[in-house]
Amino acid sequence: MTLVSVEGVTRRFGDVTALDDLSLEVRQGEFFALLGPSGCGKTTLLRVLAGFDLPDSGAVTLEGEDLLRLPAHRRPVNLMFQSYALFPHMTVEKNIAYGLEREGLPRAEIRQRVGEVLETIGLTSAARRRPAQLSGGQRQRVALARAIVKRPRLLLLDEPLSALDKKVRAEMQLELKRLQHEAGITFLVVTHDQEEAMSLADRIAVLNHGKVEQIDTPVALYQRPRTRFVADFVGANNLFTGTLRENGVEIPGLGLLPCKAPSEPSADRPVDLAVRPENVRLAPGPLRGTVLDVSFYGGTSRVAVGVEGREEPVLVNVSGAVTVLTGGHVELAWDPEDAVLIPGG
Amino acid sequence: MRDRLVQAPFWLTYLFLYTPIAVIVVMSFNAGDSPYSWDGFSTSWYGELAGNETIRQGLANTLIVATGSTALATVLGTLLAVGLARHTRSRLLSAVSALPAIMPDLVLAIGLLAFYSAVQATLGLHSVLAAHTVFGMAFVSTVVRTRLSHADSSLEEASRDLGATPLTTFLRITLPTLAPGIAAGALLAFTLSVDEFVIAFFTAGPRDPTLPIVIYSMVRFGVTPEINALATVLLAVSFTAVLAVQRLTRLTDSLG
Repeated sequence: MTLVSVEGVTRRFGDVTALDDLSLEVRQGEFFALLGPSGCGKTTLLRVLAGFDLPDSGAVTLEGEDLLRLPAHRRPVNLMFQSYALFPHMTVEKNIAYGLEREGLPRAEIRQRVGEVLETIGLTSAARRRPAQLSGGQRQRVALARAIVKRPRLLLLDEPLSALDKKVRAEMQLELKRLQHEAGITFLVVTHDQEEAMSLADRIAVLNHGKVEQIDTPVALYQRPRTRFVADFVGANNLFTGTLRENGVEIPGLGLLPCKAPSEPSADRPVDLAVRPENVRLAPGPLRGTVLDVSFYGGTSRVAVGVEGREEPVLVNVSGAVTVLTGGHVELAWDPEDAVLIPGG
Repeated sequence: MRDRLVQAPFWLTYLFLYTPIAVIVVMSFNAGDSPYSWDGFSTSWYGELAGNETIRQGLANTLIVATGSTALATVLGTLLAVGLARHTRSRLLSAVSALPAIMPDLVLAIGLLAFYSAVQATLGLHSVLAAHTVFGMAFVSTVVRTRLSHADSSLEEASRDLGATPLTTFLRITLPTLAPGIAAGALLAFTLSVDEFVIAFFTAGPRDPTLPIVIYSMVRFGVTPEINALATVLLAVSFTAVLAVQRLTRLTDSLG
């Protein structure tokens, strides 16, 4: 069931088009991510949804009702700010109660709901503290609690994990998913970090220059990118530009590279071929080159191979440590099924 | 040894700054009435001071002017600061808003006097109070705007996002985060008004002199130890105010 529907939304700032006739739908109860590089329009869309900005044209509905007509303080939408924006002059408790007080709820109910949400985030003992006395992770929990205690129809999260260090990140990642599941609230997270989007979201919309490139599940996005931008932006990829032939893709300067036969016979059109580094093997195959660099990451090693006729090195992921040395000659191969065809130009 | 030498100019500066003040404080406890020779310790001049009707009246006038102009300047200056920060990008407007704090008192005094006679306003405590509001407001708005520029504007957005109307947001979020700046600005406006002479001299009516004017007319006939006692009292008051401002600024820092 569709919760939020964004239809043909355009927003310009002077010469810059932040949102370009953008349309997407967020389903009830899902964890949705807007992913894109800085300047792709994701933050503008977030501010439009929250009510801090109005589009020049287009429509936004929530459960069929026009959302753009409502001012920010009347929308059943809450935002968790990237900076958390906790009120420094109020205790944790007061911060969380603030939104409920604005609804004019009875005091007893406010106290009960604040108590419940404090327990959910495990900060009951910090109820009387001020934001300045909390750690980064704790502040984020309070910001989250302050938003979900309002039981919004839609919760917006602006780069929720970006301000945390690596260890706390992993913790909060699990916590966010648990809370989303428990609260049954639809989450929409905005991020430039593809790992963050992949690990959190049920579905991801990849944005570029104010347009949607692709909306898909994380796995589909990773395995079957439909545009060159998505293939390049989401995860590491080796991209080859060439022409589709009957038995592979012909790359100028490299020759014929293997790929799965296309579903429809449409040979001789320009395509991009994308092969993930983990699908490339150091084994006899169509490409040969010189090892430029070997980086060891513990579980895996990444080998950069310089191939004649191609500017960028081909990246290869190998599990564990590798035996090849910088300067050595290797051959590269992959299964035709692992190579993804992207219609190109 | 070398450290001491380096510190010497530092201590000399303090000596230069505070010797006159120390002399006044000491002489205010002088038993005799000569301003130049010490005749033993006494607090009699403080008693004399308390009994002086002219000084008491001047002090009352000054307190009325300072309290009234500070109240007005604080409200107007804060609104001015918020308005300038949130509703305009004009650099000219913000520069002009600070002008009364920067321009020579004499210019402001002459201008105000010309203005009062142009609108045919009577001169009295009210005209001094209005005049002090003008420069007090400029000081308050400058201090509050410094505070505003450090404030996180997402706090106000968060408040709206949580369901607060713009008015509630202003009262519950904007004002409290600005409170230390507003208090510091108010204290500044108050202390400046208490010892302001030039503008008060030009705009006060002949029957309502403020304390600085009273003191000025007294010292024209020579400094009496009574004046020393009065100066010591004022010194104690303004020193307390400075300490209070410092405390508030420290609070401000810890909040930010």
